[in-house]
Amino acid sequence: MYYATIFWDYTKTYMKTRMTYRADFIIEVLTNLAFQLMNLLFIIVVFQHTSFLGGWSREEIIFIYGYFMLPYGVFMTFFNLWDFTERYIVKGEMDRILTRPAYNLVQLMLENMNPSSLFGSLTGMLIMGYAWLQLDVTLQWYDPFVLLLFVAGSVMVYGGIYISITALSFFSDAPTGIHALMWNIQNYGRYPVNIYNKVIRFVLTWILPFAFVGIYPSAFFLDKEVTTLFSFLTPVVGLAFLTMGILIWNFGVRKYRGAGS
Amino acid sequence: MLSAYVDMIRIRFLMMLAYRVNYFSGIIIYTLNIGAYYFLWKAIYGGNDTLAGFTVLQMTTYIAISWMARAFYFNNLDREIANEIKDGSVAVQMIRPYQYLIVKMMQGLGEGLFRLLLFSAPGMIIITFLFPIQLPTDVMTWAIFMVMIFFSFLINSQINIMVGLFAFFVENNEGLMRMKRVAVDLFSGLIIPLSFFPLWAESILRWLPFQAITFLPASVFTGRVTGQQVYDALLTQVVWFIVLILPIVFIWRKSRQRLFVQGG
Repeated sequence: MYYATIFWDYTKTYMKTRMTYRADFIIEVLTNLAFQLMNLLFIIVVFQHTSFLGGWSREEIIFIYGYFMLPYGVFMTFFNLWDFTERYIVKGEMDRILTRPAYNLVQLMLENMNPSSLFGSLTGMLIMGYAWLQLDVTLQWYDPFVLLLFVAGSVMVYGGIYISITALSFFSDAPTGIHALMWNIQNYGRYPVNIYNKVIRFVLTWILPFAFVGIYPSAFFLDKEVTTLFSFLTPVVGLAFLTMGILIWNFGVRKYRGAGS
Repeated sequence: MLSAYVDMIRIRFLMMLAYRVNYFSGIIIYTLNIGAYYFLWKAIYGGNDTLAGFTVLQMTTYIAISWMARAFYFNNLDREIANEIKDGSVAVQMIRPYQYLIVKMMQGLGEGLFRLLLFSAPGMIIITFLFPIQLPTDVMTWAIFMVMIFFSFLINSQINIMVGLFAFFVENNEGLMRMKRVAVDLFSGLIIPLSFFPLWAESILRWLPFQAITFLPASVFTGRVTGQQVYDALLTQVVWFIVLILPIVFIWRKSRQRLFVQGG
């Protein structure tokens, strides 16, 4: 209840600040969408030269992309901490956070909340819908519920990895370039994992499990029974990674000494 | 004056040496990227020997050299400039007795040289062992390729500077910077060679500066372009470099009039 009121207060503040610069807000939403759709362009261009990618058709790959956009939009809304080292560690803002009663990570998430990213999720839903209409798969009554479960799992996978990586700032304030690593690798989880060799497949499944934000959960809705087991692992892997992320984070906060005055 | 600029290159080079973690994570990123795209393209080829005129061997070489060239030309000048505009330190930079934009270029060059020598060169050797690629045997091709990636660096930095300077005019150019990043990766031919695009799209892209960043040098390197066409490709780069100077000078003049720094 306490956190719900905080959440609401932050949302109101967010709306007020964003509505001050309305044009800026609209530009941000539009450029974000264009940014996402450029990735879709890759799929479309590639499928001009081939009709199957590792046994998956164009519409199926587009469906996976649409699915990916759902958890990604939610993730981007709440985990907008790209310059954490700079702003909170180097400039000492973290001290301010730690003197307040609410859990520090929640404060950070809400302080940097960016609900405009949810437009991405919406677009993702449209893309999924489009691909689904092209495909010949039947919609079961339980599909929407499974979708919710999987999206929650995928968001947790993202959040877990992201929190762990951001927590590294507590141990070293030098730039690590590790965020760029994440940016790149997330793209590869959207393609059938069977096209990669063992090393990359292993990384995408167990180390930086971005396959659980794309191919594994989507496979369930496309009736690709090869990976059904993996589909249902999505929430499990999500929970495991989120727990790990929070543990690393708490450890980092305990170790945090402040950057000096 | 020149020695001051050369020093900028040297300082940035040494600064890069200081960030070791960044260096090693960079190596992992590039290896993974080349690996992932190698397998992705292998799956796209399926049973085909050639697609859009590229053999599988040429494609693999193309991917490897494009990413290695990217290590050299890539920089974050747009973000650096935007941040300096936002926090107001650009004002101090402007009263110093040097050209702010040239200093930025030099810093980018220092960064690029660092990665070319300590990153791309050893990386390329490792990659020849990991993936089946074909390096050019002709010394001349190597020489021209080196000149061409220098122009890739210039043109890419020019685009970065333009996007960065937009922070003078809009409060938040974050979205613009992200879009530029994807546009450069996608339209330059890094992710898909231009010849794979549908004809109409390809002919549009041929009139944009992005192809000069990756597609032209990589085409020369893979031997897709030979003879007279090599010099045409180089000429295209030179022309773009010169053409892009104009909007930069224009934006820079305009932005100096617009500059206001909040607080002190």
